[in-house]
Amino acid sequence: MNFFYHAGRYFAMLARVFQKPEKHRIFALQIFKEIESLGLNSVGIVVIISVFMGGIITLQVAYNMANPFLPVYLIGLGNRDTLILEFSSTIMGLIMAGKIGSNITSEIGSMKVTEQIDSLEIMGINSANHLVLPKIIAVVFIFPFLFILSVFFGLIGGLMVGPAVGAVTATDYLNGVQYGFTPYYVTFSIIKTLFFGFLVASIPAYFGYHVEGGAFEVGSASTRAVVTTNIMILVFDLILTQILFR
Amino acid sequence: MIEIKNVYKSFENKDVLKDISAIFLEGQTNLIIGRSGSGKTVLLKSIVGLHEIDRGQILYDGRDFTHMPPKARKKLRQEMGMVFQGGALFDSMTVEENVRFPLDMFTEMSSAEKQKQVDFCLERVNIVDANKLYPSEISGGMKKRVAIARAIALNPKYLFCDEPNSGLDPETSLVIDALIHQITVDLKITTIVNTHDMNSVMEIGDNIVFISDGALCWTGNRHEILHTDNQTLKEFVFANKQYQKIRDEKIDEE
Ligand SMILES: Nc1ncnc2c1ncn2[C@@H]1O[C@H](COP(=O)(O)OP(=O)(O)OP(=O)(O)O)[C@@H](O)[C@H]1O
Ligand SMILES: [Mg+2]
Repeated sequence: MNFFYHAGRYFAMLARVFQKPEKHRIFALQIFKEIESLGLNSVGIVVIISVFMGGIITLQVAYNMANPFLPVYLIGLGNRDTLILEFSSTIMGLIMAGKIGSNITSEIGSMKVTEQIDSLEIMGINSANHLVLPKIIAVVFIFPFLFILSVFFGLIGGLMVGPAVGAVTATDYLNGVQYGFTPYYVTFSIIKTLFFGFLVASIPAYFGYHVEGGAFEVGSASTRAVVTTNIMILVFDLILTQILFR
Repeated sequence: MIEIKNVYKSFENKDVLKDISAIFLEGQTNLIIGRSGSGKTVLLKSIVGLHEIDRGQILYDGRDFTHMPPKARKKLRQEMGMVFQGGALFDSMTVEENVRFPLDMFTEMSSAEKQKQVDFCLERVNIVDANKLYPSEISGGMKKRVAIARAIALNPKYLFCDEPNSGLDPETSLVIDALIHQITVDLKITTIVNTHDMNSVMEIGDNIVFISDGALCWTGNRHEILHTDNQTLKEFVFANKQYQKIRDEKIDEE
């Protein structure tokens, strides 16, 4: 019941979001601003997390197959495919829902409770379009880049950690990384990140846009936005895997 | 001139506005007064279309706003300026950018022309040397004045102010009142101000609409309010002994 209520309002908001913007020049400027504030500011955390996770996955794979009959190239390969298939797309999406999503909800939510959104409306500006569309475009645009960045630094992480602790030699690791590479895995994950980017921008925007009350409500809306986005990302991961991977 | 006819508005079965009709004239400061929670903000937001009304009609110089198609509504919105209860300046923009924003969105002016209009509006509200500051860096009174400057940037025909004096000291309140009144007279606009500040009522109340519990209770001007025998209005306005004294003095003067 509650779900359908929110879904209805969510799609009603999207219908207002996807309209022609007032001034194209201002709109373009807005998109660049959002790419900077939501995208470039996320590069650091993506790099750090990916290096660590790449290192950890490499160690896990190495220690779990301490069996002389299994080929060593599996270590690099295991890290690569884990990164591409799930970590850099889905797990990164979950992390970004926390970072970018809560940012979006609190920004739009505080504009709502301080009547800044009403100010836009009274001027004759479609506030949903003006505020939300640049964010959606920016996040959908940057997500594939963050994905590639994450895979790259995850592989670097493995290369740094694996040889350093003696779990695998650099040569074996790099051979493994190149072994049996399936380009479709990358295509598949990039398609996923486009969906996740849309969810990470639009769901928190919905929660912010419909806040009633004050600063406290903005805070709890942020929390609900992140939780909901996380669940939707996992649901979409399941659906997309089923559709695209058979 | 703005005319509202038999306006009703409710939220989830809670009737907030009940059959309100009123006329707000051009070149006058029209006041909506009433207790906290009586429905002033809801009425103002209904007039400007931020709330859809349940029943009734709102006319802007004879143009039926209530049944207008969205495109025409949007056009009419550009003739409106509004100052919200908290100022509602855009946090992410400087004072100057706030005032320029409507010009950026709706005009084809060159940047020199825009700058001229921005400076004119800010001068109008006596804001100097604050152009590059952010809303968080200026005082409450300044925020209200910048909000007024932004509201008049597009030379509106209709100006709406929701409690422009709330949270301000009495002296600053008088300045803001005088400012709103002067802009209204100079630019010949139709201004509607929500207030529960009795100073404003006595100073600038050309046309006063008193609502109580969401229903229209009394209309008149600041002179008539002194002689009213409407009990609810008397209780509201002259709750304060000071105002009873002022009233008696004023009546003596007349
Ligand atoms: N969006 C809303 N949903 C439900 N009820 C609302 C909404 N907005 C206002 N109300 C109710 O309408 C009534 C009138 O509120 P309103 O804000 O118009 O009062 P007000 O006269 O402006 O008061 P104040 O002087 O304190 O600003 C209140 O009882 C309020 O609870
Ligand atoms: Mg109010």
